[in-house]
Amino acid sequence: MSADRLVGEAKAVATGTADSGGTEPRAGRREQVAGLLQRGAVFLVLAVAIVAGAVAFGSSFASVENFRNIAISSSFLALIAIGMTFVIIGGGIDLSVGSLLALAGVLAAYGSRQGSLAAVALPLAVCGAIGLVNGLLIARARMAPFIVTLAALLFARGAAFAVSDEGNTTYLIKPGMAVTELGQGTVGGLGVPVLFALAAFLIGLVVLNRTSFGQAVFAIGGSEDAAQLMGLPVARIKILVYVASAMLAGFAGVLVAARSSSGLPTLGAGLELEAIAAVVIGGTLLSGGAGSLTGTLAGVLLLGVIQNLINQVGTLSSYYQQVVSGAFLIVVVVVQTYLSRRRRL
Amino acid sequence: MDEATLTRTLPAQRDLRGWLGDRGVYLALALLVAFNLAFTANFATVGNLRLQLIQVVPVAIVALGMALVIGTEGIDLSVGATMAIAAALLPLYLGYGPWVAIPVALAAGGVVGLVNGGLVAFVGVQPIVATLGLLVAGRGIALVIAQGRLTELFDPTLAAIGTDRVAGIPITVLIAGAVAGLVGLVVRRTTFGRRVVAIGGNRGASVLAGLPVRRTLVVVYVVSGLLAALAGILDTARLSAADPSFVGLLIELSAITAVVVGGTPLSGGRVRILGTLAGALLMQLISATLIKHDLPDSTARMIAAAIIIAAVYLQRPRVAT
Amino acid sequence: MDEIETPTPVLEVRDVSKRFLGVVALDRVSLDLRPGEVHALVGENGAGKSTLIKVMTGVYQPDEGETVYLGQPVSYTRPRDAQAAGISTIYQEVNLVPLLSVARNLFLGREPKSRLGLIDTTRMHRKAAELLAGYGISVDVRRPLGELGLGIQQMVAIARAVSTAARVVIMDEPTSSLEPREVERLFEVVNLLRARQVAVLYITHKLDEVFKLCQRVTVLRDGRLVHTGDVTAITRLRLVAAMLGRDVAEVQAHGVTSFGEEHQRRDDRPVLEANGLTRRHVLDSVSIGIRRGEVVGLAGLLGSGRTETAKAIFGAQPLDHGSVSVAGRPLRLGSPQAAIGAGIAMLPEDRKAEGIVPNLSVRENIVLAALPALTRAGFVSERRQDELVTTFISRLRIKASSPDQPVAELSGGNQQKVLLARILCLDPKVLILDEPTRGIDVGAKAEVQSLIDDLAGKGLGVLLISSELEEVVEGADAVVVLKDGAVVGTLRRDEIGEDRIMELIAQAGRASEGGADG
Repeated sequence: MSADRLVGEAKAVATGTADSGGTEPRAGRREQVAGLLQRGAVFLVLAVAIVAGAVAFGSSFASVENFRNIAISSSFLALIAIGMTFVIIGGGIDLSVGSLLALAGVLAAYGSRQGSLAAVALPLAVCGAIGLVNGLLIARARMAPFIVTLAALLFARGAAFAVSDEGNTTYLIKPGMAVTELGQGTVGGLGVPVLFALAAFLIGLVVLNRTSFGQAVFAIGGSEDAAQLMGLPVARIKILVYVASAMLAGFAGVLVAARSSSGLPTLGAGLELEAIAAVVIGGTLLSGGAGSLTGTLAGVLLLGVIQNLINQVGTLSSYYQQVVSGAFLIVVVVVQTYLSRRRRL
Repeated sequence: MDEATLTRTLPAQRDLRGWLGDRGVYLALALLVAFNLAFTANFATVGNLRLQLIQVVPVAIVALGMALVIGTEGIDLSVGATMAIAAALLPLYLGYGPWVAIPVALAAGGVVGLVNGGLVAFVGVQPIVATLGLLVAGRGIALVIAQGRLTELFDPTLAAIGTDRVAGIPITVLIAGAVAGLVGLVVRRTTFGRRVVAIGGNRGASVLAGLPVRRTLVVVYVVSGLLAALAGILDTARLSAADPSFVGLLIELSAITAVVVGGTPLSGGRVRILGTLAGALLMQLISATLIKHDLPDSTARMIAAAIIIAAVYLQRPRVAT
Repeated sequence: MDEIETPTPVLEVRDVSKRFLGVVALDRVSLDLRPGEVHALVGENGAGKSTLIKVMTGVYQPDEGETVYLGQPVSYTRPRDAQAAGISTIYQEVNLVPLLSVARNLFLGREPKSRLGLIDTTRMHRKAAELLAGYGISVDVRRPLGELGLGIQQMVAIARAVSTAARVVIMDEPTSSLEPREVERLFEVVNLLRARQVAVLYITHKLDEVFKLCQRVTVLRDGRLVHTGDVTAITRLRLVAAMLGRDVAEVQAHGVTSFGEEHQRRDDRPVLEANGLTRRHVLDSVSIGIRRGEVVGLAGLLGSGRTETAKAIFGAQPLDHGSVSVAGRPLRLGSPQAAIGAGIAMLPEDRKAEGIVPNLSVRENIVLAALPALTRAGFVSERRQDELVTTFISRLRIKASSPDQPVAELSGGNQQKVLLARILCLDPKVLILDEPTRGIDVGAKAEVQSLIDDLAGKGLGVLLISSELEEVVEGADAVVVLKDGAVVGTLRRDEIGEDRIMELIAQAGRASEGGADG
């Protein structure tokens, strides 16, 4: 029985009922503006920041060279933030990504002794496994994502130190190995990590908005009970999301190691919080069910631009960057909360 | 029977799993102490006991405040940054004497808590995001105040607080003990304590029962900020040095671990003070045991991870299906 | 007309039992559904109707008994499996995702794909609009579902459930939030399904619908099957008697509830006056007056604004305009604390979400609202607390192993009594009771109804909200009927009756039909 035939029958039922019942008024103007603002604020602020930077610092900010640098330094956070967006839209959170990046970097350098393939495969496999454990504990054992990924953070950080002998041994990637191209190469003037970030963004965009999987993630974050009753494979999707997040963080770690030709276990501290900040600033609701990857990308770029602007000042200590980022996050979230409360019917 | 009946739970969490989730920390602590008594040299000496207690003081104090916040189903990620702010302010005001500098540093902690509490209670921002913002901004503020530098302190009062003993017990330990007693009393016997667990247990019900929910939430975060500042002050006093880059780094994780492992669920509604202390002690002892047996710090972290998972796994509510 | 021989059932449950933590929810219940029939399932709240459906569709696993579908024994472990097999369910609460658009909700899990395997959004929106237009609904399918009215949401849920290739459609109280017009449309859809030989299991407490729409009816009581048979073979009165487990004559004489005769009012002074309560999209100038010793019932469909009115008076629902006064003194709006201070106490609708604090003890739950009165220098006075608790446990006959028992372990009825104790501790002048007997067993229900009578007799003013029309009809001295957030009529004494109430609701609908929208 196809939907079309039923529609036909339903139409037959409807003829004769001459009322206009079931018509809902269009969303009021104020609600429309509020919605637009909530989704679009980050782009506006990003544009303002870029323009302000160009005006204040001229060519030292607004040069191709500088933008390239911002792009590269943002690309690692971007990869992580893309995974984090899926996790948060699905109603969860992943605190382990910073430590996974460090672990992956150490493993990449460690594995590079067996060749470039090992340098990439080993960290991805390990991070994927940790992501799988996260997903299983969260989806099947129904434990809180916050605490599960917190434990994963501790575990991964510990493992990173363990592999690198408490930080005493720094594995190096031999120069000239194929894997270093991933981090240090350029294509058409753009660093390879930037290309990977863009590719991940585009793929993520398609998956999130144009596949059943993506819709399911939205549904689960919006109302897990309803998603369950509507027949979605909730546990499976949640597990996949955590595996994806972990592997993206792992891949980012590989790229960092490839770029610096070494694996340091101390990297990535606090990166998960930066990623969360980028995602939230980009308009994704922390409570889940709504969000956009484009917003996340803008949020990542915004954080990168802020850091760059503060560096430009030179005399200001770089600590101000943290203050500004933190204050910014708070302002954005306050505005988001306020707007979403006004729209609630 | 319909959904409404599913508010009913299993009578008597007196089965093993429930008991382990609630009180397992004491068992683990006992086992660990036993192990050390048997296999670790110089464990049962006064000197060692003192050392362990001194080292656990900052985490314990922060964890006490964290327990209250978690009791309301919230979280405070900014405690480490608050410690750093307090530590950074001390050298600036020591010129006026320690009894000016200490209250100023405490007040700063209170202000951070006020901002957190205001965001959570009045604006409705989720605690994890609000305190995350303060964590990022706060650490930056601390670094700006101290210009990123480690500062040495030369104040006899402060040094005395940090290192002296009364009747053989270090003053910092006495202070921590007093705080624990106070917080425990508040939770058990005062109206404020009742409100905290009610809000965490069912926020909607608390509003409809006429509880001053917003006021209570603000106070809880202020207390957390004050205690974090206190921990920062004591830590600085002990070292006679303030290092804003490292003071309180990652302490929020340790505090949350101590609270959760100690039997206070993240979902709020119940606060176990004694358990929190035991949790802090347990994590400290694990670390110390590993060091004494020449096992690397990284192992300590991985074990901590496993313990957290075990503790939370046991705390899962049983739902009828 | 129905066939003479019994056709083979499409879905059957045989001797199904289900227990929750020792409490029997279903006790050897058997039921069968024939293709093309509309089978009513009725029973009081807590009789086991929802549990039975959840067993049939794989949400719960039965402890005993089996399910047979299309002749084969089946055992579904997840709702997905039942759905995939052709058993579709429409729940009483709209179980869709409010943040997602209407179109996405309709097609979740079954989105139309383009050749590349990606979702074809244009086609999805077009099909969604067509599908809903077939039900006479015209909305922007890109809007988030949560922004639409409850009635539309329910229709979307129905449209989704019916559009799958289902052999069995289970409907759990589908008309609770529908306008009379939408109810007619739903009936047409149901008859369409019948014509297609789909079996419909129709759960309802609206007996009119049973006799209008259904061929057979099954009655559950306390988890057991007490009657099953053709609808033509039973009268309405006997049906009600079967549901309640009471003698037919008794029901006829005394009514369905335990409410007594009209309350004797002490005086005509109003103890509560609410005027012009208005909140955009929610309440439209609602005014209610309650006198001392009077029970005022609030009647209306789901979504008509009853709970919102109650909460607005209590200060838990923001208002654009309006005023409330208690015993002549104006009340500060927007603050439950102020309301409690003025003498208003409210029993919330949702026990689980807004009532009990599960991990706290019975004692702590009872005194929760009265804490300010029990506080000495910041400390809780244990002695006074215990006095209060002991008094109310015995007065309300709360069954608990001890006052320290975690309240989550009590039965629904006893939990409700704990909440009543909580609000009575406040010695209020006005009681607002929102669904006070929902989800509790018959015995506790009777006790609560008698208690309400007692309290009114003592001079309290009571605002009573109940979806069970009999409770409102038999328990209230005056009934205010709400529709779409506005008062459409007030009935007193002999005017009060189920038919009259339904008429008022339907009438108002017709009035707005002549309007100029569309």
